[in-house]
Amino acid sequence: MATQPPHEPFRPSPGDPPLLELRSVAKSFGSVAALRSMDLTVDRGSIHGLIGENGAGKSTLVKIVAGVHSRDRGTLTVDGDSVDFGSAARAKDAGIAVIYQEPTLFGDLSVMENIFMGRQPVTRLRRLDRAAMRRDARALFRRLGVAMDPDRPTLGLSIADQQILEIAKAISMEAKLLVMDEPTAALSGIEVDRLFAIARALRDEGRGLVFISHRFDEIFDLCDRVTVMRDGSYVSTHRTDEVTSAELVAEMVGREVETMFPRSEREGRGEVVLRVEGLSRRGTFADVSLTIHSGEIVGLAGLVGAGRSEVARAVFGVDDYDTGRVGVSGSPLRKGNPRSAIRAGVAFVPEDRREQGLLVDLSLARNIALVLRRKLSAWGLIRRVGEDSLAAGWARTLQIKARDLDVEAGTLSGGNQQKAVIAKWMATEPRLLIIDEPTRGIDVGTKIEVHRLLDKLAGEGLAILMISSELPEVLGMSDRVYVMCEGRVTGEFARHEATSEAVMTAATTLEAAR
Amino acid sequence: MSVAPTFAKRDWPLMLVRRREFGVVAAVVVLVTVTTVINPGFAIGSDGFRNLLLTPSLLVILAVAQAIVIITKNVDLSVSAVLGLTAYATGLLFTDVPGAPLPLVVVAGIGLGAVLGAVNGFLVSVARVPSLVITLGTLYIYRGIDVAWAGSDRINATDLPSQFTALGTASLLGIPVMSIVAVAVVAIAAYVMSQTRAGRQMYAIGSNGYAAQLYGLAVRRTVFIGFVASGTLAGLAGVLFAARYATVSSNAGFGMELQAVAAAVLGGVAIVGGIGTVLGAALGAVLLTTISRALPTLGIGDFWQQAVLGALIIGAIVLDRAIAARQARRLRSAHARAAAVARKEPVS
Repeated sequence: MATQPPHEPFRPSPGDPPLLELRSVAKSFGSVAALRSMDLTVDRGSIHGLIGENGAGKSTLVKIVAGVHSRDRGTLTVDGDSVDFGSAARAKDAGIAVIYQEPTLFGDLSVMENIFMGRQPVTRLRRLDRAAMRRDARALFRRLGVAMDPDRPTLGLSIADQQILEIAKAISMEAKLLVMDEPTAALSGIEVDRLFAIARALRDEGRGLVFISHRFDEIFDLCDRVTVMRDGSYVSTHRTDEVTSAELVAEMVGREVETMFPRSEREGRGEVVLRVEGLSRRGTFADVSLTIHSGEIVGLAGLVGAGRSEVARAVFGVDDYDTGRVGVSGSPLRKGNPRSAIRAGVAFVPEDRREQGLLVDLSLARNIALVLRRKLSAWGLIRRVGEDSLAAGWARTLQIKARDLDVEAGTLSGGNQQKAVIAKWMATEPRLLIIDEPTRGIDVGTKIEVHRLLDKLAGEGLAILMISSELPEVLGMSDRVYVMCEGRVTGEFARHEATSEAVMTAATTLEAAR
Repeated sequence: MSVAPTFAKRDWPLMLVRRREFGVVAAVVVLVTVTTVINPGFAIGSDGFRNLLLTPSLLVILAVAQAIVIITKNVDLSVSAVLGLTAYATGLLFTDVPGAPLPLVVVAGIGLGAVLGAVNGFLVSVARVPSLVITLGTLYIYRGIDVAWAGSDRINATDLPSQFTALGTASLLGIPVMSIVAVAVVAIAAYVMSQTRAGRQMYAIGSNGYAAQLYGLAVRRTVFIGFVASGTLAGLAGVLFAARYATVSSNAGFGMELQAVAAAVLGGVAIVGGIGTVLGAALGAVLLTTISRALPTLGIGDFWQQAVLGALIIGAIVLDRAIAARQARRLRSAHARAAAVARKEPVS
């Protein structure tokens, strides 16, 4: 990269206009007001946190700054000049780079082409200079501290690597303002540390950063200031050293929140529901043994790529395994057969709900009743009435917020989509619930509701296996914690033993198991 | 698959064999060899050899045009009607304007194709109606104009200047001029699609249009340009059609739009966009034409010829799916291994 980081961190001079300033910005889609009145000021050489519940309008704000949407009202200035982008290309030309929440990559193209699309290095005859492109991509990856082949197709990259690619793309633009919409949602600890180191370096070069995250520790760790928004409106801006997370949460939800991890007193665990013995698949996981009792929440912690999701998928039968045994309530499960798992009372809420958990084009009711369609059908036809009444019941129990049961599932907020997936499985009356990243990309308010729901279900005797990359969630919710590292179980901790140090040590060292 | 050219440097012989273009070429070679053994006149002798090269030329150009549009996740069903209309217009220009300079007429014909393509592009990118519907409409409209214009009239060889008709039959160093034109079209299009920013942008848009928009690529302009390119090439094919057959009625090129789509698909261009090469599409056109010419020689009846072509297209798509699934699996596991290796490295 051409720019040499200055030795002295950048300090904005007092007279300068802010890098980015929004005043009373509003935006509606049809009759729905996504932004009512939003203010935001980002200085050069600073990292500005932006928090708010899902549906608060953060992503709309990002897209207005990125030139994808145009605002209805209000002013938007960059370096003191009022701007009206009208297109993403114009915003990019103005020096604004954005990392969107969902990776937006060209799967059929190579990694390096994804980074440099539209600004590929060319020779004098305007021919693509692939060697230069490869070199630049390698330099970027070195700077990010990751090993990725610039020539490999983007298809098949894990979510974490897709996110890293997005970050590399945004950094390569050498933008003066970098907006990051939940860039860490899919990253593990080491990757987050590297991203933060780069973010700080960019700040010290005098660039401005907007950082959106649901994780408060990250906001406090990285940001100089933080702005809270709620219901499409500006609430407040604080210096991060002058505010507590409890105050921020209260401002976000507009009320006091007692605890992030509600936990009722439970009777103690019952009989063994899931017993996994010596489960192995070559190159993915090895010798994994787990037991889960009814009425307990068991956390499965580890870094991204440790093989946790792969184990869950193998247990449920979506993926195959080479050796080992899986038993539910004493009877063995057939391998590679999700139907038999469902019949045995296993429910599985996958990591990527839009891709794997939800039929986004179908109605909420249809989604909830999906697994039960056989039970609800008469003469091979699904009875609409049965479907609706079942769905209505579960939507009420789980407090799914939707206009009505006929709305397309894809239009629900992240938290409500997750509840819909949980409702779908709860309707099958399972004994074991495997849930992968239960609250990824879900705002604080709904997160607590999901936690409360899991706690309640465990209280009713359900056995829950919860995979989560958020350590506080694992520690706060679990009765017991298994830790995986590079495909092996490297630790098992009872609730009182499970400290963040112990879990992180087990998650990063394979030797701990031996 | 299409990502292959940038993907592997290390084991290129293997990757070459795995590429669709290789398979198509192999199929053509086998087909020609077998047919020639049965009937030596098929490829041996000046006539056989000439036909082998000459016959696919028009479809090759249309397949390249189609591939460009399909790569942007669109389709141009009007190419055959554009061919018909430009062929007739070219012939008419010669008959109605005696002594019109040949290069000017050729350029006019190609230009008409470009205009017709621009109409498609305008409707698709501005009206935002799926190109399948738009070009199905313009297929009928263009053909309708052709029919209304020509009526039962037709251009005959005697109406055309001999230098022009010579274009369709002449050879250079034993290779038909039309084939040389087709090869040049393939070479230029392949260069633009794989070696320029504009070409890669077409792949990006076809691969993920939403991402392209968020990223700030000029999606609508690029799609428009794709349709103009397609129309231009169809116009060129129309001019060549007039030169080659010297007889142009209102049904010139009838049905070739689906042959062009079939050729592109056969050559590995994915109908969902973002995947495939113009070279593949061109080779697909060669295979398609060669099969239709070989099947009678091989003693396969009329009805079965169509069925064989259909089976081939379906087979090619099923093969595509299987290869794509295999590659996705391979990439996922390779990725898991690489991640494990990477994590063992000390954090700098």
